[in-house]
Amino acid sequence: MDLASLTIDAARSAVAERRTTALALVEEHYSRIQKEDGRIGAFLTLSKERALEQADRIDRMAAEGKPLPQLAGVPVGIKDVMSTRGVRTTAGSRILENYIPPYDCTAVARLEAAGAVVLGKMNCDEFAMGSSNENSAYHPVRNPRDTNRVPGGSSGGSAAAVAADMAVFTLGSDTGGSIRQPASFCGVVGMMPTYGRVSRYGLIAFASSLDHIGPLAKTVKDAATVLGTIAGRDPMDATSADVPVPDYVTELDRPIRGTKIGVAKEYFGEGLDDEVRQAVEAAIDKLKELGCEIVPVSLPHTPYAIPTYYLIATAEASANLARYDGVRYSQRARGVKTLSEMYRRSRDEGFGAEVKRRIMLGTYALSAGYYDAYYLKAQKVRTLLTRDFDEAFDKVDAIVAPTSPTAAFRLGEKSKDPLAMYLADIYTVTADLAGIPGISIPCGETREKLPIGLQILGKHFDESTVLRVAHAYEQAA
Amino acid sequence: MKVTEKDVAYVADLANLDLTGEERAGMLRDLNSILDYVDRLNDLDTSDVPPMAQVSDRYGVDVSKQGSERFAYASREDIFEGLRKALPHAEALANAPDADEEFFRVPKVIER
Repeated sequence: MDLASLTIDAARSAVAERRTTALALVEEHYSRIQKEDGRIGAFLTLSKERALEQADRIDRMAAEGKPLPQLAGVPVGIKDVMSTRGVRTTAGSRILENYIPPYDCTAVARLEAAGAVVLGKMNCDEFAMGSSNENSAYHPVRNPRDTNRVPGGSSGGSAAAVAADMAVFTLGSDTGGSIRQPASFCGVVGMMPTYGRVSRYGLIAFASSLDHIGPLAKTVKDAATVLGTIAGRDPMDATSADVPVPDYVTELDRPIRGTKIGVAKEYFGEGLDDEVRQAVEAAIDKLKELGCEIVPVSLPHTPYAIPTYYLIATAEASANLARYDGVRYSQRARGVKTLSEMYRRSRDEGFGAEVKRRIMLGTYALSAGYYDAYYLKAQKVRTLLTRDFDEAFDKVDAIVAPTSPTAAFRLGEKSKDPLAMYLADIYTVTADLAGIPGISIPCGETREKLPIGLQILGKHFDESTVLRVAHAYEQAA
Repeated sequence: MKVTEKDVAYVADLANLDLTGEERAGMLRDLNSILDYVDRLNDLDTSDVPPMAQVSDRYGVDVSKQGSERFAYASREDIFEGLRKALPHAEALANAPDADEEFFRVPKVIER
């Protein structure tokens, strides 16, 4: 079977029509991983036992002629920040090196209930903190297009595995761009739904008001199928929204003629690479050809998004990561004599440099005397950033922009300068802060054959329009 | 310089981190560089802008109510067994670095 062209529909129908078995699909993917992942490093853990059990269940259903669920036999990789019962879940950190969750993340449970087969856990930046996957405590991920380049982050393993055909699709998480930016760097589709659309239950928390789970896939249609499977209210997550989930796949074929597409000049300013600009402008022309109306909009507070994000995300992270204390599940330093020494030394040894930096920044921003100047100030600017989108979406149905100011950069290029790394998220963080949905889809390549991503943003809970515009562009491009 | 060595020591203490001398020096440099950048937020007058803590503040919330009633949409009845069964004792202890059959074990709490 040609794994490169294997979409969800192709995999499922091959299993349903008995042209292959779920078991054979799993084995083909594991041999692909065996052959390819040595040079990529996308997987941290393989869940073979669980995958074979699920494949067997699907094959028995197929043999008995039972109707197969939507993702029957489709091999998937799960970012290692999502809990998987009985399968090691590290969050890319040493502090969870031996953690075996006793329960499943809701999104993972919903995929398995729909017949998907979990191949294993995807490498990522430690606690999803990073834009290059170089912050994994285990090993970096390399970009399948050019192994001297980063795959983006933090869902770098999730994006690279799809790009290298080691999984039909994967789940990632997006707090400041961590699904869309790696999708852009690796040339795949990455969708961040509206905040609250997908339950966060079982997602290891980084910044609770910003964390989103979403799919990385080969096609927009596959992303729509996966989103439809994992979306919807979950009583285990109080922030999961009780908003009806449309049939995203059916909605894809509605025409986009007459759709109003906003273009904000703030996303085309200084720092944007020329080749990326040209590719995105060409994509905008293509949308115009398809009958969309292009409307200039303004998002005037955009230059304040990165500082706002790095105060709010680190403040929330400093609280969320307080739980790693060496008592209930995290690693404990050896030879400690007192409780206080145990906390400090376990955390010193267990966390990497970027995680410590963010805990320190967040703790500082929340500390007495600085709370108003930093944390509260950032929350107020978050309101302004969200109002920018409200005003723009009064005029347009979607907004298009580059996903990242550049194509994939080299390993080591930004790892010594935290601020330079943070600026890689300049076009993605605002959507996380506002809670609106966004997708990154491929829109061409640089002269060096590196993928470029087109970002499409939509209104709260209007993933349908985002997916529809993305699908129309993908089919036409 | 906004952040001093003393601040780094104080914040590390709050965060339950010790940090080596080298890490502290790096932290001093990085925090100052990031906070310098963050300073641009002061260009904006936000005196009349309400803070936004959660995206969900924007839907479902009953703005006419105060306190927890504002967020009534997210509440549910307490259920004795919870929405899933509580973890069996042994499973809850299984990931602990040190436990006996009943409890998590930690080093001495009282120092003397």
